[in-house]
Amino acid sequence: MSHRTIDLEVMRYRPEQDDEPWVQTYKVPCEEDWVVLDALIYVKDNLDGSLSYRWSCHMAVCGSCGMMINGEPALSCKTFIRDLPGDVIRVEPLTNFPIERDLVVVMDDFIEKLQRVKPYIIRDESKPISEGEHRQTPAQLKKFKQYTLCINCLCCYAACPQYALIPEFIGPAALTLAHRYNQDSRDQGWEEREDVVATNEGIWDCAFADACSIVCPKHVDPASAIQQMKISSTLSWYKNLIGLGGKKR
Amino acid sequence: MARSNKPLVWSLFAAGGTLAALLVPALVVVTLVVAYGYLPAALDYQTMHAFAANWLGKVILFVVIALCLWHAAHRLRTALHGLGLRADKWVAKAGYTVAGLGTVFAIVYLLQIH
Amino acid sequence: MNGRPYVREVRTASWYFGRWRDLHHMLNEISSIFIGGYALILLWGVKSLAAGEQAYLAFLDGLTSPLSLTFHWVALGFTLLNSVSWFGVTPKAMPVQIGDEFLPGHYIAIGHYVAWFCVSLVVLVVSGVFSNG
Repeated sequence: MSHRTIDLEVMRYRPEQDDEPWVQTYKVPCEEDWVVLDALIYVKDNLDGSLSYRWSCHMAVCGSCGMMINGEPALSCKTFIRDLPGDVIRVEPLTNFPIERDLVVVMDDFIEKLQRVKPYIIRDESKPISEGEHRQTPAQLKKFKQYTLCINCLCCYAACPQYALIPEFIGPAALTLAHRYNQDSRDQGWEEREDVVATNEGIWDCAFADACSIVCPKHVDPASAIQQMKISSTLSWYKNLIGLGGKKR
Repeated sequence: MARSNKPLVWSLFAAGGTLAALLVPALVVVTLVVAYGYLPAALDYQTMHAFAANWLGKVILFVVIALCLWHAAHRLRTALHGLGLRADKWVAKAGYTVAGLGTVFAIVYLLQIH
Repeated sequence: MNGRPYVREVRTASWYFGRWRDLHHMLNEISSIFIGGYALILLWGVKSLAAGEQAYLAFLDGLTSPLSLTFHWVALGFTLLNSVSWFGVTPKAMPVQIGDEFLPGHYIAIGHYVAWFCVSLVVLVVSGVFSNG
């Protein structure tokens, strides 16, 4: 194992002391197999216990450690130091979110939007347990499986130019989860969700920049989900126009 | 929050974008040749007039002009918003008005050719 | 001390500089100006066609102006960019499921690029660009 010493430039913000964020540089001796999160943990354990950042699983499952790494939103547990050029690495909190402290952002806005899109199975009438489970074919599962992989790391929101410009935009991950349930053969909540997502600040504020899909560490492809929703919403809009609409409008 | 009426303009935008992507670069090359002073055979008055007098020719010209205008009008909203102009209502009104007028004039002119 | 969460400023008019992904998106959006502008040129052509041979010849003559020449080159660049980008992301908007599996996106993209090539070839041949000008 060879060591490589890097300058880890960390954006700091301590609300009780600082007026605005500033950059602190730490010299970190890194192992060959380290990810950026390992370097942060090294700083916290050995150099500066006051540094704040979120993390939990260290294996790209929990979605806690999303941050800007050299200007790109990424999971710090999935970004290997050996893959980054040069000996200087800059980490900052995810853009488009307020900074709570150091690398920790305020994600209340996302949580509120996530709840708004009703990301759970909705049934007109729930089926009694005695009737058994809802069965699904592999083809039906495949329709939404990819969208279940979202870990709410918010990298897509940090990359999205529309979210940066229009804070009301419901945004990639929440819309994608709406699509995930819309596509589920067990779900009957399309109409309910449509009232939330087929709005100006829902799917129609998306400009299909595709940035969300490019940065998504789990290859969920939110841009694809949103464009598919635009098409199905448009079809239903025309159906309603000529009077073939569903039960409510 | 009410459901949006953007599906109307978005569907024209999407259809126009696909058509423009397929067709417009080649059309630009054709008129670029004209811009250099050469006249491709099919662009002389008799041929073009016969094309526009034919009902199929009329439909093709109309669809290309109208859809490209609506595509542009709708996309211009996000383009100008992205460039920092925060008057989306007015941009939308102006853009859709131009596209609407262009659509009407395309019909008027095409019907005059026979 | 601030005491509150810190909200970073968004560069509302220049955010697309500094990252190719964002600039590429902005250039795609701007292509609409040239597609719309070109549609207006076509409309002008149809108007002149309706007005008779004199007017049509004047339209063709107008196309040879330096302004027209410049517009054409810039428009060609932007429309080519739009075509490449548009077909590149078409598979995302219209995924195709055959049986259990989804068709790989690049099949759909390549299909569109082939269609683009064929349509372009037909336009150029039929218009007579390749024949004696």
